[in-house]
Amino acid sequence: MSEIRLMKGNEAIAEAAIRAGCDAYFGYPITPQSEVMEYLMAERPEKRTGMIVLQAESEVAAINMVFGAAAAGKRVMTSSSSPGISLKLEGISYIAGADLPCVILNVARGGPGLGTIQPAQSDYFQAVKGGGHGDYHMLVLAPASVQEMADHMPLAFDLAFKYRTPVMILSDGVIGQTMEKVKLFDQMPRSTEVPQWAVCGNAGRKNRIITSLDLDPVKKEQQNLALQAKYQQMRENEVRYEKYLCDDADYLMVAYGASARIAKKSIEYAREKGIKVGLLRPITLFPFPSAVIAELAKKMKGILSVEMSAGQMVEDVLLATRQTPQVPVKHFGRYGGVVHSPEEIFEAFLKHFNLG
Amino acid sequence: MTEEIIIAGFGGQGVLSMGKILAYSGIMQDMEVSWMPSYGPEMRGGTANVTVILSDKEISSPVLTRFDTAIILNQQSLDKFEQSVKPGGILLYDNNGISVKPSRTDIKIHVVEATAEAARMGSPKVFNMMVLGAYLKLRPIVTVDNVIAGLKKSLPARHHHLLDENKAALIRGMEIVA
Repeated sequence: MSEIRLMKGNEAIAEAAIRAGCDAYFGYPITPQSEVMEYLMAERPEKRTGMIVLQAESEVAAINMVFGAAAAGKRVMTSSSSPGISLKLEGISYIAGADLPCVILNVARGGPGLGTIQPAQSDYFQAVKGGGHGDYHMLVLAPASVQEMADHMPLAFDLAFKYRTPVMILSDGVIGQTMEKVKLFDQMPRSTEVPQWAVCGNAGRKNRIITSLDLDPVKKEQQNLALQAKYQQMRENEVRYEKYLCDDADYLMVAYGASARIAKKSIEYAREKGIKVGLLRPITLFPFPSAVIAELAKKMKGILSVEMSAGQMVEDVLLATRQTPQVPVKHFGRYGGVVHSPEEIFEAFLKHFNLG
Repeated sequence: MTEEIIIAGFGGQGVLSMGKILAYSGIMQDMEVSWMPSYGPEMRGGTANVTVILSDKEISSPVLTRFDTAIILNQQSLDKFEQSVKPGGILLYDNNGISVKPSRTDIKIHVVEATAEAARMGSPKVFNMMVLGAYLKLRPIVTVDNVIAGLKKSLPARHHHLLDENKAALIRGMEIVA
């Protein structure tokens, strides 16, 4: 039986990790996501499922523990917030380069630098364009509710193993700290299967090598081509999004995570005034729902991209709509830790499209 | 029905827990709920606030700047949130420590002397339940039974002997709101 609870996003994702059969969590505390490890520690998952939870000495240590456990074929994860994710990027690039699965949660906060502890969405570029060095991507999921924080956890592990890739769950301080009703899925067993590529003792068989290094550029290029083919597969098969009131819409908002929720409220205001606005909410940020946005753009008078940043996702919206240059694409967002209100989004919408 | 509420006061007054109990009560009544706190340095000795939404339909934004009801427990919060109440909405405040009273005429203003009454009853800690009772008298969106069920769910079992005291405070709050 599924179980209903009132939980913070951070708590829901921690509970979901245990239930999804996660083998190990390695992390280092940082606001606004410290509840993830606090919850895991309090739950004693080593007693519930045998899952290991360990506070590392730093973010860099945590991601390299993830690297090691992933190489052994385990379902393993870490979590942090913006400055901590920056520290993990070297490890993430190595994990992507070594074709290993893992899940990384970013409960984003304002930046740059040490920034602020309040919510932001200014890590979009870092999440979807690679972030670390080299031609790699993570598959990026963007939960917009406490329910999705829980539901994205098993999905993230499945996708990570399907593509042998790091999957990022890109959340923010609003979704992490807000409590909502959540229906928890039942406990899944931890996997006992050892993947064909895992390094876990080679008695009786040929050794397997996991590395991101190859000094032969021709071979390295081949490996890069294989990575790119994998990303193409993701673009073809893994695009996820939610369409909200798009059928009769004359205008479109594009927003993910907390901004999508706030934008929905501003759409209520618009519709009360008889202005037909819809919302396209990307659930995967990489791969980005470009095709559906391109299709929707054909019947729109204007598109407003809403994100708690100076304008990052709007670049992908612009790329998606290059076949419809007559449709203006604008950006709105407060950032640096300020969360925009539904009223501010609505006012920006009216101003950008000369409707006020 | 959607009720959008801000609860604001000093850190330590039980602002966040009052919101949590209200949210839990909503779940007991099969409603959609959202509870979004202010977090960070604001919470240490300064002001604390939480946005609580109860609705019979899916909740869009957990982030709001205009509210159906503001429940106010100190002067700073009154100064900050009086203007955020929607016209026709409710402002409920505890007059302990309030020197500049609310002045709007387009909203319904109610007072509950919960701090004083809870002290008289010898249980100052349940003052927030008294305020919650006052609110539920004005806006009976959840039943007393569901509040107690919600409280039971949010309290660890070792505190369940306090349920009766909390229920008494809740009912006293309903009686003294003006």
